[in-house]
Amino acid sequence: MNVKQKKNLARILIAAACLIALNFIDLRGVGKFLLYLIPYLIVGGDIVLKAIHGLKNRRPLDESLLMTIATVGAFALAIHDDGDYNEAIAVMLFYQIGELFQSVAVGRSRKNISELMDIRPDYANVETNGGLEQVDPDDVEVGTVIVVQPGEKIPIDGVIVDGNSTLNTVALTGESLPREVSIGSEVVSGCINLNGVLKIRTTKEFGESTASKILELVEDASSRKSQSEDFIAKFARIYTPIVVGCAIILAIIPPLIVGNFETWLYRALIFLVISCPCALVISIPLSFFAGIGGASRDGILIKGSNFLETLSKVTTVVMDKTGTLTRGNFEVEAVHSKNLNFDAEKLLHLAAHVERYSTHPIANSLRKAYPNERDDCTVEAVEEIAGRGIRATVNGQIVCVGNEKFMDEVGAKWIACRKVGTVIHVAVDGEYAGHVVISDAIKPHSVEAVAEMKLAGVENIFMLTGDSEKIASKVANELGIKNYRSELLPADKVTEFEKILAAQKSGKVAFVGDGINDAPVLGRADVGIAMGALGSDAAIEAADVVLMDDDPLKISRAIKISRKCLSIVKQNIFFAIGVKVLCLILGAIGLANMWAAIFADVGVMIIAVLNAIRTLVAPK
Amino acid sequence: MKKTYKIDVDCANCANLMETEAKKTSGVRDAVVNFMTLKMKVEFDDGVDVSEVMQRVRENCKRVESDCEIFL
Repeated sequence: MNVKQKKNLARILIAAACLIALNFIDLRGVGKFLLYLIPYLIVGGDIVLKAIHGLKNRRPLDESLLMTIATVGAFALAIHDDGDYNEAIAVMLFYQIGELFQSVAVGRSRKNISELMDIRPDYANVETNGGLEQVDPDDVEVGTVIVVQPGEKIPIDGVIVDGNSTLNTVALTGESLPREVSIGSEVVSGCINLNGVLKIRTTKEFGESTASKILELVEDASSRKSQSEDFIAKFARIYTPIVVGCAIILAIIPPLIVGNFETWLYRALIFLVISCPCALVISIPLSFFAGIGGASRDGILIKGSNFLETLSKVTTVVMDKTGTLTRGNFEVEAVHSKNLNFDAEKLLHLAAHVERYSTHPIANSLRKAYPNERDDCTVEAVEEIAGRGIRATVNGQIVCVGNEKFMDEVGAKWIACRKVGTVIHVAVDGEYAGHVVISDAIKPHSVEAVAEMKLAGVENIFMLTGDSEKIASKVANELGIKNYRSELLPADKVTEFEKILAAQKSGKVAFVGDGINDAPVLGRADVGIAMGALGSDAAIEAADVVLMDDDPLKISRAIKISRKCLSIVKQNIFFAIGVKVLCLILGAIGLANMWAAIFADVGVMIIAVLNAIRTLVAPK
Repeated sequence: MKKTYKIDVDCANCANLMETEAKKTSGVRDAVVNFMTLKMKVEFDDGVDVSEVMQRVRENCKRVESDCEIFL
């Protein structure tokens, strides 16, 4: 609690104590009125002043004014009867309790969320003649070498020029496994340096760095309003005038017909107390804010309340294969040697040698599969034959590595492979030695991710890929995806996606991609989700929801978070409006008194805010 | 030109009032108040004296909501 909140709490406690004490004293007439005025002014004096201030500035249905009229009215009725002042003071007292509660609750969630997103670096260390100097990261120019000590946050994106260490990226990605980095590694701001001292050459300005971008994105997210928020804003705008109008009618018309002016005035005052829509006005944006905050802790950045809302209505998820469900880098899956002179190990060894100088992804995967490639074998006369493969002389033997056409040309009798994937054949001195099967590995969580999505209520899952039919059907089968489209050119993906969109009857369609070459589809989707976006500005720019790491399980998680958030929003809307309308009806026919009105105003608000805060806790 | 300011205000509705007032201030092209993050984003017209405009924004906001604050 801050000073202001403590002061308000003190006022509430003093006024409450004062009120209770007065109830034990037998008082009459003007003295009673004046004594009861004391707790009223202690707790509500500022509201009355605010109401007058609001009137001066021509703010008609100001909350303070409504409360002032209601309480002054209740006072007036009590003076008339020389009766019970408790109700009038209680209205003000509970109104203030509600305000205090709301302010503390919002402050708490604000603090919680800013702690979750604690990636804002406060300073950068720059080396000068006199040692290290702490400067404002905003003042660091691109290309400056900054020093990051163990335990410090990396303030600006850059490349390591000296030192190695492990980085904690949990605040950015939700991934708790530390990342190893060394000279040449690109690092992003917001990570925490765990052990070694790092020297980093900055590649971006502070404002363009990942940490700043993410913070800006999360902070702006609650400015993009959802339909629910718009609805509540509109509702609040008409609700108060309507209820106040009803109150006026209630105070004038029935007394003219049936008389009994006091009873109807009392009922009108009840209307004024219920006329404040604050429970809705605060709890709905708070739910979205907390939902977006809770998601960001898991490395799921949602760019606006509107996208959180759309995400909750997703019934169809369309996924790109490469980079989303599969790793996007090729791995050796099998080595089949067909020649007794070459066992699997030796075959891989030769293939890796031949591919030594190639930068093709396939060459990379072969070298990765045989890491000790740089031994003392001689590799000479390397010749790359486009569309065929590579020929080289290894230890005096001519080795050809390539596709079927290449094998035919060198006269090697190749054997087709039963495995699905890219097959690399190897021939030594014109004789067939065997082949290596390379495929794009499915990510460890992909199977689980698809199952989880179905559990989360996603009815249709599609997979789009540019790969061959054979590979696509294998991956789809393994993952349990029934619908897939293969051999699509980038432009075809948009057309296919539009067909899916057109076939969609109800619910929304999400597209998940890695954001690299699927920006057009991401843009076309109801909600575009980009994966593995850490450090990729293009993906962050193009998508509506950004998954910081590349774990496909986060898709279902994001959907679950959004569904929980929206169900809380709906609960609050129905509950708050329901209780208010019920109390209004009961109040009009004389079955609800001022205490029911206080509950409809403050009680409902407190319950709605507590319910809204539940969104901070992400569902398991 | 755009700038972001920290603000302090108690209720969501008051934040909306501040936004309306800030938008009406001359020299301000657009303003967005975010109650949850307690930030005011102001986009200024070209060639205005930012600190002078912000003084007036602050005055206007204080007029409608006496206990609000903009940290300039």
